[in-house]
Amino acid sequence: MKKKSFFRVVEPYLYLAPAMIFFALFLFWPFFKTIRLSFAMTTPLGEVASNVGISNYISIFTSQKFLNSLFVTFKYAIMTVIFSIAFGFILAIVSSEDIKGTNFFRTVFALPMAISAAAASVVFMFIFHSSMGILNKVLGTNIGWLTDPKYALIAVTLVTVWMNIGLNFIYVTAALQSVPMDLYESASLEGAGFFAKHRHITIPCISPTLFFLLIINVINAVQAYAQVKMMTQGGPANSTNVIVYEIYQEAFMNSRFGMACAESMVLFVILLVLTLVQFRLEKKVTY
Amino acid sequence: MNRKIMKAVFYALNIVMAVIIIAPIVYCFNVSMMSLKEVFAGKFWPGQVMAENYVRAVQLAPFFTFIKNSLITSGIITIGQIITGALAAYAFSMMKFRGRNVLFLVMLSTMMIPSQAIIIANYLTICDWNLKNTYTALVLPNMATAFAVFNMRQAFLQLPMEIKEAADIDGCGNFRFFYEIALPLVRPSMGALGIYTFLQSWNYYLWPLLITDTVDMRTVQIGLGMLQGAEATDFRPVMAGSMIILVPSILAFVLGQKQLISGLTSGSVKG
Repeated sequence: MKKKSFFRVVEPYLYLAPAMIFFALFLFWPFFKTIRLSFAMTTPLGEVASNVGISNYISIFTSQKFLNSLFVTFKYAIMTVIFSIAFGFILAIVSSEDIKGTNFFRTVFALPMAISAAAASVVFMFIFHSSMGILNKVLGTNIGWLTDPKYALIAVTLVTVWMNIGLNFIYVTAALQSVPMDLYESASLEGAGFFAKHRHITIPCISPTLFFLLIINVINAVQAYAQVKMMTQGGPANSTNVIVYEIYQEAFMNSRFGMACAESMVLFVILLVLTLVQFRLEKKVTY
Repeated sequence: MNRKIMKAVFYALNIVMAVIIIAPIVYCFNVSMMSLKEVFAGKFWPGQVMAENYVRAVQLAPFFTFIKNSLITSGIITIGQIITGALAAYAFSMMKFRGRNVLFLVMLSTMMIPSQAIIIANYLTICDWNLKNTYTALVLPNMATAFAVFNMRQAFLQLPMEIKEAADIDGCGNFRFFYEIALPLVRPSMGALGIYTFLQSWNYYLWPLLITDTVDMRTVQIGLGMLQGAEATDFRPVMAGSMIILVPSILAFVLGQKQLISGLTSGSVKG
């Protein structure tokens, strides 16, 4: 009897153990290791060679290249977020009208969600190609979308927006279903047109979702990597050198793991603030 | 009359938007069927159906190996996350024990640590353990996520508590209840989580890039990049390669779309 009750006490922890062990080994431990390394000079193998205090942090915040990567990330995030949400919203509105084939259109609108960054990147690289690309042919221009520092970030943003549309569309569509229909009906009776209805009813009603999407999109944008690696390698002239790509370069091309870890901590703090905002928000809007 | 016009306008809008969104994928498929001449002429539609570029893609890079690697990796990650997630979720939703709230907070806090910020440290760990270029390295850091735990917990919480109470009275052990009663009941949620996880891990990029550097351990996403590097001027095999890796994700998406969407949007934001 005593043995059984001992098992009863331990049992819940056995269920938790697998997940917790993985979290400990591959989330918490590397997190502390990252903090540790950010205060150290490292060997090319990533071992601590000497403690250097906060000098890694001083170096990165005085490094033109790192500050530039923060600025690039910021620009990229803003552009990505605005267009991703706007398109998701428009698509959701358009496909929520009562017409034939809604299910088909919804599948198509959500589909980019399933496309990997690598595949999207190579397809768009060809679309953007300066001499053979279909984009220049359609526009009748001769722009080096991926080779001109003025346009490269815009090109990378375009691909990201295309990939993000699905998720934004899905969330806005779900939110639209919770807007009370009678609001629209009474607005119609008062003679409100299509745009007035959406401006004064839809947007206020789904604003929590829009704000939630804002945060999610920023979090994703700040972590973007594959598009940049595939399409521009951070160039031309560092114009697409987003923070994760900068970290990757420091660690795996320059073997400066200490510096890269200090940069990772900056990334962590940015994302921490955003995640906290998101948690607060989720508490507020879940009813 | 006015309503009819409105409907027609919306119908047209839907079609235009759908065409814009699907165009890159259709174009990718078209280019994978084109002759070099057609590519240089800037055609949108190919003049024939041909497998030549697919053959080239498979010759330039061992795509079947990449697909095998990705299937194995994504399969193990998906099953792993469902197992670790379901077990932990069961404890959090069906059992009472000391430190439950604290441990739940610990779980919650993992969401604050983004994978990109700790990827260097994980890379160094895997190197320390001499696991580079192994399936173990590809799957290990992704075997448990807070997302999976929360998702499964949500599902268990929706089960009526009476079943559990009845099972307790009948002397049905926890594991038997978990395995024979609770799991079958939450199968739809497991399916949704599985599709989502599979899609995600099929599309992983940075981690496999870092911890594999031999051709025979590369996954499809990295393999596509290799193909692109190998063929600087001719995009056709690269497009064929893209189609090869897109088909499984598109299939998984279309088949599991309904569950996937309800899984993503339930339990998050309403409003």
